[in-house]
Amino acid sequence: MDTSAETILRVNDISIQYPISIGVVRAVEGVSFTLADGEALGLVGESGCGKSTLGLSLLKLLRPPGRVTTGEILYRGTDVLGLDRRSLLSLRGRSISMIFQNPLTSLNPLFTVERHFLETIHFHDPSMPRAQALSGVEKMLATLGIERRRLREYPHQLSGGMRQRIMIGLALIMNPDILIADEPTTSLDVIVEAGFTELLTTLRRVYKLSIILITHNLGLVAEIADRIAVMYAGKIMEIGRAEDIFARPLHPYTQGLINCVPNVQIEQKELVTMPGSPPDLVSPPTGCRFAPRCPKVMPVCRERQPELREHAEKHMAACWVYERQS
Amino acid sequence: MGTLVTATDLVKDFPLRGSLFDAFSPHRAAVHAVDRVSLSIDEGEVLGLAGESGSGKSTTGRLLLRLLEPTAGRVDYRGRNIVTLDARELMRFRAHAQIVFQDPNSSLSPRMSVGQAITHPLKIHRMGTPAEQKDRVLDLMEKVGLSPAEFLYRKYPHQLSGGQSQRVVIARALATGPDFLVADEPIAMADVSVRALILQLMKQLKQDMRLTYLFITHDLATAKYLCDRVAVMYLGRIVEVAGRDELFARSHHPYTKALLAAVPVPDPRAKRDKNLPRGEIPSAIEPPVGCHFHPRCPFAVAKCREARPPLREIASGHFSACILD
Repeated sequence: MDTSAETILRVNDISIQYPISIGVVRAVEGVSFTLADGEALGLVGESGCGKSTLGLSLLKLLRPPGRVTTGEILYRGTDVLGLDRRSLLSLRGRSISMIFQNPLTSLNPLFTVERHFLETIHFHDPSMPRAQALSGVEKMLATLGIERRRLREYPHQLSGGMRQRIMIGLALIMNPDILIADEPTTSLDVIVEAGFTELLTTLRRVYKLSIILITHNLGLVAEIADRIAVMYAGKIMEIGRAEDIFARPLHPYTQGLINCVPNVQIEQKELVTMPGSPPDLVSPPTGCRFAPRCPKVMPVCRERQPELREHAEKHMAACWVYERQS
Repeated sequence: MGTLVTATDLVKDFPLRGSLFDAFSPHRAAVHAVDRVSLSIDEGEVLGLAGESGSGKSTTGRLLLRLLEPTAGRVDYRGRNIVTLDARELMRFRAHAQIVFQDPNSSLSPRMSVGQAITHPLKIHRMGTPAEQKDRVLDLMEKVGLSPAEFLYRKYPHQLSGGQSQRVVIARALATGPDFLVADEPIAMADVSVRALILQLMKQLKQDMRLTYLFITHDLATAKYLCDRVAVMYLGRIVEVAGRDELFARSHHPYTKALLAAVPVPDPRAKRDKNLPRGEIPSAIEPPVGCHFHPRCPFAVAKCREARPPLREIASGHFSACILD
């Protein structure tokens, strides 16, 4: 958390549940974090940890039966969850934008690139003359590194990398403050992914963006994020500056996650593995949700949930190991 | 240790569906998926086949097992050309060479229990009595970490976790006691923590059961962890092959260098000097003339557009297909 920058988004004690036939899935429970103006926050975790559900809730995009049961999401002081439909539509795209994993499912196969852009612009600003809108689009294409002639093309005529560039261009054309990117490079090849990462860094500077990057890819998050929140089974286990998370991870889950990823730059004789799998979120463990798999588990871990507390400078973790020491 | 598998000038074209007229044309359009690939794998070795989507790495893997018929070229397994085997001989070969695919859920029948799935190859190859088969399956299940085996034996795929499903697929591939296993992106769909467990398992099995792997991957970090040698493919051709340490320390081909530079490193302090190649992998229908990589290569010269650069040995056991070497 950079205290010099203003907090643009504040998430307070968010819980999200999905009722299903056999009970209630507690997908996200009591999650709080802040995003400073211009900051890039990585939301990291494995499938089912609740990171995408949380991301959707930030724009009130959760589909029923999923619902936010507690908490508030304050964008510049206004609770997003309390907004009516009209205010929401103007918030989405203009203040907070989101891009997803697979650009093909987000683009309309019957629309040209140009129509995608014009539709987005005219949705928010119906009175903008076409020529003015197009000149903005052309400027955007130049930033994205896409030739002008592509405006006349359809999604199927574009490569995967180009589609994802168009997606981010559409997300940013109304100049929002915050971009939420949910696994934006998972469908891309490694060289294209690297190009996209570079582009994101450029766009971040040009548009003075704040970013929430949702991913399971520790390499990607290391390249982009200033701060990282590690999620497990619906809770934030650890949050801190990216350098601290990688160099001195506090939570045993974070430690396990970092150690089990092959790294091309270092010599690894053996990967350290984490046996077991995440708990059932219909009836999660009473204590720490990682306790059943934790190598440092103590009796207290199975009884009570540890709170997310600062255990080093600007570095919080939810773990009993550190509670005992202090 | 001898050579187990050798591929010589393997070619695989997939003709495009065209009009009747096209069928008589001598230049029928085709996807040139594999373009004269030669490689060899020693017994007990793990050869990594790395490349991006569309590089032909999966097609090459399937050709080595003759799951696809090559357009040209040969594949020798223990000195015997498998391309010319008849149906019976091919069946016998299949007991020796197996494959594991990326997505365990689409590799398993939802209507077969774990026990049935792993027993299936033994039934097909008529290996052992039912009692012997069951013993072997339970033993295999323990070996791949599916325990308690007796309990999981009766489970169906939807009752398993992603990691468990991939273990079932691996156990099934090993049921007939093969020596050669093609693993086609076996961890690409798995979660981060599951990936490490599957990789560790594959390393362990290789030692315990004296297996030889062709490990197909788009992730060089994974290749570095598991493989003894790595071949890098681009648009149907092998552009570089070397021992693992040699390749990661002294890569030669501009494409390999680009691929290595592009790998995201899980360390915020790592130096980022990417110098990425332009654009994306072109179509394999009309690939560039000469070196396939030249349109994207930062070092391309006029000569690169003329002829295919041969894969030449530039250091002991290190081959690169670049005229600048």
